[in-house]
Amino acid sequence: MNPTDTSDPNYFHRVVDCQWACPAHTNVPEYIRLIAQGRYTDAYMSNRESNVFPGILGRTCDRPCEPACRRTRIDGAPVAICRLKRVASDLRGDIADRLPVIPASKTGRRVVCIGAGPASLTVANDLMPLGYEVVILEQHDQAGGLMRTNIPAFRLPAEVMDEEIATIVDMGVDLRLNTPVSSLRSLLAQDFDAVFIGTGAPRGKDLDIPGRHESDRIHIGIDWLESVAFGHTDSIGERVLIIGVGNTAMDCCRSSLRLGGTGIKVMARRPREFFKASSWELEDAEEEGVEIIVNHAPTRFVIENGTLVGMEFQTLEWDEQARHSTVASTVVIPCDDVILAIGQENAFPWIERDLGLEVGDWDMPVVDPVTFQSSLPGVFFGGDSAMGPKNIIWAVEHGHQAAISIHNHCEGIPVSVRPPQGSNLVSQKMGLTEWSYHNDYNPSARQRMQHVELTRRFQSIGTEVEVGFSAEQTAREVQRCLNCDIQTVFQAPLCIECDACIDICPVQCLTITENGDEADLRTRLSAPAKNLDQALYVSAALPQTGRVMVKDEDLCVHCGLCAERCPTAAWDMQKFELLIPLAVSTPVPVPT
Amino acid sequence: MPSIVKPSVTHPGLERNALGLSIRDYEGGMSTLCAGCGHDSVTAAITHALWESDTPPHMIAKLSGIGCSAKTAAYFARGAHGFNGCHGRMPPIATGASAANRDLLCIGISGDGDSLSIGLGHLAHLVRRNVRMVYVIENNGVYGLTKGQFSASADVGSTTKRGEANHLQPIDPIFLGLSVGATFLARGFSGDKRQLVPIFRAAMAHRGLSIIDVISPCVTFNDHEGSTKSYLFTRQHDVQMTVTDFVPPAEEISATIPSEGVVSIPMHDGATLRFRTVPDGYDPTNRMAVMEHLMSARGRGEIVTGLLYIDEQSSGLHELGNTTEAPLTQVPYEELCPGSAALAGVGFR
Ligand SMILES: Cc1cc2nc3c(=O)[nH]c(=O)nc-3n(C[C@H](O)[C@H](O)[C@H](O)COP(=O)(O)OP(=O)(O)OC[C@H]3O[C@@H](n4cnc5c(N)ncnc54)[C@H](O)[C@@H]3O)c2cc1C
Ligand SMILES: Cc1ncc(C[n+]2csc(CCOP(=O)(O)OP(=O)(O)O)c2C)c(N)n1
Ligand code: SF4
Ligand code: SF4
Ligand code: SF4
Ligand SMILES: [Mg+2]
Repeated sequence: MNPTDTSDPNYFHRVVDCQWACPAHTNVPEYIRLIAQGRYTDAYMSNRESNVFPGILGRTCDRPCEPACRRTRIDGAPVAICRLKRVASDLRGDIADRLPVIPASKTGRRVVCIGAGPASLTVANDLMPLGYEVVILEQHDQAGGLMRTNIPAFRLPAEVMDEEIATIVDMGVDLRLNTPVSSLRSLLAQDFDAVFIGTGAPRGKDLDIPGRHESDRIHIGIDWLESVAFGHTDSIGERVLIIGVGNTAMDCCRSSLRLGGTGIKVMARRPREFFKASSWELEDAEEEGVEIIVNHAPTRFVIENGTLVGMEFQTLEWDEQARHSTVASTVVIPCDDVILAIGQENAFPWIERDLGLEVGDWDMPVVDPVTFQSSLPGVFFGGDSAMGPKNIIWAVEHGHQAAISIHNHCEGIPVSVRPPQGSNLVSQKMGLTEWSYHNDYNPSARQRMQHVELTRRFQSIGTEVEVGFSAEQTAREVQRCLNCDIQTVFQAPLCIECDACIDICPVQCLTITENGDEADLRTRLSAPAKNLDQALYVSAALPQTGRVMVKDEDLCVHCGLCAERCPTAAWDMQKFELLIPLAVSTPVPVPT
Repeated sequence: MPSIVKPSVTHPGLERNALGLSIRDYEGGMSTLCAGCGHDSVTAAITHALWESDTPPHMIAKLSGIGCSAKTAAYFARGAHGFNGCHGRMPPIATGASAANRDLLCIGISGDGDSLSIGLGHLAHLVRRNVRMVYVIENNGVYGLTKGQFSASADVGSTTKRGEANHLQPIDPIFLGLSVGATFLARGFSGDKRQLVPIFRAAMAHRGLSIIDVISPCVTFNDHEGSTKSYLFTRQHDVQMTVTDFVPPAEEISATIPSEGVVSIPMHDGATLRFRTVPDGYDPTNRMAVMEHLMSARGRGEIVTGLLYIDEQSSGLHELGNTTEAPLTQVPYEELCPGSAALAGVGFR
């Protein structure tokens, strides 16, 4: 193999599994260390830089970082990254003096964002410090988008959301509530330099089977959650069937329990391994007594004398991959209400089709996945409206990228010109055998989140279920992080091939061997490198024998012993910092 | 001192040996040697060989004297017995341990100072008695522990860090062994475990004393230009005289190995030593021929490595002394101590 090019920020970035997996590339290990040091406000601000809503996300994030976390490969359970984020948010101090200064005199650039969800709020957050005037038009009387209307208060308390939204709005955003946009044409006619469309995926999928329109006790999940959130709905029948088993279904079933439901069943077509809902959401729902029934496909609503009395299902038998099913029998399950939670769709009835804005398959606007610009220059999309329903952290990342594009657009720079990522590497050596970070491996098991006891939970829909980590739990959980950003950095010319690093490595990451192609090398290492998603770090030829140093990045616990036992400091532990370009922080380069 | 001990975390796919133990179970305390010391690599090779050979840790006795090398007995097989004696005095203690319990795998760890300077006399007699043990000399040409004075293995012309040359003739433990009847002689290099591990395994299977002289650079006091025991110098002058596979008893000797040029030597426990490469006319069982080869190699300035000489026929301490089959701990008290009447009889005979 050729020597690994570590000057490419992507190389060491990939080693930080969580950061690499995070759509906004939050610097997870750095903020976990800050929490370990009790520097909660610093930890919060480090989060806020990339993910904007640490308090909200510390409770609700889809956390793609956790399945990616290296710790899973070491002891089977990831670091509780998301819940540590909440610790930073809960314990932080005042941040007013740490927020960017908003210029008093504006540049004259005006940007309008449609919808006050996380995507639009991020655009405002990124552009306000640059002297933009940002107008947000929102149809509802509160900002927050689906975070406000759909995520139930027992998962996300309103105060947490209010505070983080206010931080942005108070930068001087012109937030206009109760202002639905009914025509893009009329908006384009107004005096805006750019339009950002962050209207989400507002339509819940319907299930057009017999009986669907014969009862008012059949609800569309996201509409029903919205009317619960706004207090229009405050009760439900005792027996509720939820159709679908995604995360929306989990919120519907748990909300039902808080509005009077007692026998709640979530009806799934497929076996459990194929569910869309996150495992933790399923666990939380089952802990509350929700029954999850697999292999049932709905066929009709059973209506008697104009009243919904039940629903008919076919029971299915699936092949192994759950691709093909055969019908085994038909059953009717009695119920008082049915909530449909089978997916969301985009809908843009207010976008005129003759504006030159190209619309592709499934009635989705054609949006560039890098710049987020539509086919109409100056019109941008982001969040669920851009690529279909995803989650908050993706909406934030889209917002960051769209803000960069909007800034380019306003400065007359092609939106395709993207500011590059940078990186810093700084040695963490403090003495012969002393490091600036806690390098020992801590064998603690992942801490379990404590929940409010069941009896108290159902008294009010606003009672937050998760109580947050205790001080002791936090102290343990932070030490589970393997500091993957503290990179092992190797300098071949210094190596004398004494084998000290190879012998000391607790997880057999290192090998000195004859070079070869990757597939061959992977079989010739101290331990076979079977995880193809993880890179091999290959050195230049070593001075004494011409062999190469190979590190399998897969299982390194960043204990620093290789560097400590190296007599020539050929290995060093260096902190990798990814420099993430944002509209706020990075001057947009002028194209050459 | 390292900032932490080697963490308990292991590679999830760690292999287990026949006893269900992983290689980590054959490790010992955290090394306090200088970073990069050759001795740590020798420790790693011994650890590997012990794991591979499925040796129960409680059946190992580690013995050593004084020196950085001697310290390393603490850095492997934490479940084993151990005795750390006076400088140069490990051989008599090992002789005693082996005499008392013939079932133990005795592993002696020594240095060039410990064995060839202060302990030379004891070593020679250990060889003569052919005590069944693995005797490792971690040879760095200096007294590492006392800050780098020349030892008895320093070559003529090799210099100290400050540039003074050694003028005294070196003692080569292989020649010494050949001259006093050693039955297993090998030389390795701490930087080449591929060669070292099979040699250790063969040594563990040998029925008598096996001496393994391992060039093991002292990175702090003897790894400079001008040293003949540095990593670089050793690599530049290393000539692998023989390449040996150790084939354990359970494994079939593969019929596909070409017999030409391959010398196979059966060991007493059913294992086989297969010399894959040997120079023309080299017979590792012929003391005279080996001596000649080594003499001429020395003339060429080569550092000859490999399993150099083996004699599986000669009797060891126990056969020579006609000792009891069982370890003394298993011999009933009445037999161990026949009583004063019997002893009185012996005295007056
Ligand atoms: C039940 C449910 C639970 C969820 N739970 C989670 C979770 O736990 N974690 C997670 O990360 N994600 C979750 N999501 C997904 C997440 O909420 C969305 O992906 C995210 O909010 C999308 O953000 P956005 O800014 O693109 O749009 P949205 O949040 O949908 O905001 C769009 C806003 O635009 C407004 N709007 C729409 N059309 C117009 C118009 N024409 N004029 C004016 N205003 C308009 C809407 O009123 C809304 O306020 C959940 C989604 C649902 C449905
Ligand atoms: C009786 C006695 N004499 C001298 C010493 C001092 N001393 C300690 S270690 C050592 C030499 C060790 O050299 P070597 O065996 O080569 O071990 P190394 O440290 O090089 O591995 C000496 C002379 C001692 N400890 N005891
Ligand atoms: S161990 Fe820490 S740094 Fe490594 S992936 Fe997990 S959270 Fe990220
Ligand atoms: S830091 Fe070095 S010694 Fe520690 S696990 Fe990683 S490669 Fe191995
Ligand atoms: S002084 Fe030399 S022999 Fe002793 S530990 Fe240091 S490098 Fe090894
Ligand atoms: Mg020495």
